[in-house]
Amino acid sequence: MAEPVIKAENLSLTFETNDGPVHALKDISLAINKGEFVSFIGPSGCGKTTFLRVMADLEKPTAGTITVNGVSPEAARMARAYGYVFQAAGLYPWRTIGGNIRLPLEIMGYDKADQAERVKRVLELVDLAGFEKKFPWQLSGGMQQRASIARALAFDADILLMDEPFGALDEIVRDHLNEQLLKLWAKTNKTIAFVTHSIPEAVYLSTKIVVMSPRPGRITDVIDSPLPRERPLDIRDTPEFLEIAHRVRDGLRAGHAYDD
Amino acid sequence: MIWLRSSLLPILTVVAAIFVLWYAGAVGLNSKWAYDKANRAGVTLSFSELVADTWSQEKPKLPGPHQVAAEIWKTTGAMVLRGKAFSKRSLIFHGWITLSATMLGFVLGTGFGILLAIGIVHNRAMDMSVMPWVIASQTIPILAIAPMVVVVMNSIGFSGLVPKSIISMYLSFFPVVVGMTKGLRSPDAMQMDQMRTWNASKWQTLIRLRLPSSMPYLFTSLKVGIAASLVGAIVGELPINQDGGLGARMLVGSYYSQTIQIWSALLTAAALAAVLVGIVGLVQGATLKRMGMAR
Repeated sequence: MAEPVIKAENLSLTFETNDGPVHALKDISLAINKGEFVSFIGPSGCGKTTFLRVMADLEKPTAGTITVNGVSPEAARMARAYGYVFQAAGLYPWRTIGGNIRLPLEIMGYDKADQAERVKRVLELVDLAGFEKKFPWQLSGGMQQRASIARALAFDADILLMDEPFGALDEIVRDHLNEQLLKLWAKTNKTIAFVTHSIPEAVYLSTKIVVMSPRPGRITDVIDSPLPRERPLDIRDTPEFLEIAHRVRDGLRAGHAYDD
Repeated sequence: MIWLRSSLLPILTVVAAIFVLWYAGAVGLNSKWAYDKANRAGVTLSFSELVADTWSQEKPKLPGPHQVAAEIWKTTGAMVLRGKAFSKRSLIFHGWITLSATMLGFVLGTGFGILLAIGIVHNRAMDMSVMPWVIASQTIPILAIAPMVVVVMNSIGFSGLVPKSIISMYLSFFPVVVGMTKGLRSPDAMQMDQMRTWNASKWQTLIRLRLPSSMPYLFTSLKVGIAASLVGAIVGELPINQDGGLGARMLVGSYYSQTIQIWSALLTAAALAAVLVGIVGLVQGATLKRMGMAR
């Protein structure tokens, strides 16, 4: 078995606030293997986003160890080992869709011809071919989020970190994007860490579901999904799917997630 | 029609009110001189004669709008018609002197303001130390330091345009520093995190994110800044009045009690300021629309 892409051991992160320390993460141990699609689910304050930000070197853990591609998150960030998709698309209004996707490529110093070729390729990948010259305000919210995913795919990172990327979109658009994301994952063979607060989304997308609970932020259950990698939308009506969803719900309840 | 009622009518009402107050003020302020003249001549003035006199004196305390308008026409349009647009008696000549100092001061002030703001945003020591000095610089009366700037600049070989522009810059950099510091900090935490995930350098973040994001703030500052530049240039002309300029016209007018001349220079300066602010506004509208940032 190859070395895990992301490996956390007894990871803790405590924020010092005026009201005393807040344990955002406590003793998190987890391994994510190459090509896995891992969802993190839990109520707000369970540390799922914080954990993702630690992987991305946007937060520093206060105890324990974590490696990304076998090196520290900082080294991985410097090596541009991951693409990060935020909850908001965050496209620059003064750049076209193509210009927005080119932004990280310019920063990383890809040459002009390579940039153009990559922009074209990732736009096709997210079904936005022909929108290169459009401005963000000319696109719907779902299309903007797809463009932001394309931007994270444009450079050679084999890890995709996604922080509730579809959280602000409506159910119908969300279903569509989930389906597309699975296809994209199958095509690109990336390792994906995906934060969500939707149980159906987590079960539908993931090969592994990590259930978390708050105060302190910790992992209460890790579920390896028995669902096949090929997943039509109506798989969500099968008994297997409902069984996993039930187990996730149990995990959330066990963490006293909704006590208050 | 809707535009007429919603926009033009209120403006015209205010303008009409100003004219009424102005003419009434002219009658009130100039009546003493009119009565003195009448006394010496041994005649009594009827009300209509009084009004006619107060609105047509040669050196009134407050000239009427028509007197100022006539003086402005005499020193601009009429001179153009006679082919003497740039004669020393022309307001166009003096306006150009002031405008050139204003523009140079505005460019210098904007550049200096942007550089200071970039320093403040990127350097903690500058962040802590520069702003109090910037604010202190604006509490010093500009009239007090203007002559000193002229003397110092003269002693190192600069005279004429440059010292005036420095004084103009001194007033105009302030709004730019304040606005740009806020503007360069306007990208939100997510946008900054995004740059971090790409391992972007500070320079790349500045050029690609901070500067474009600051444009709405920059233009708001530039509108204030260009008006301040004009004030600075006019103040700078007071100690260097031999070169001419609208400020020099006002000063010379006050030496010889040429109130009409003072008022015509004053109104020309106000019109110039309005035009300059208007131009910045147009550039602002076009730029922000193009950048997808129009309000």
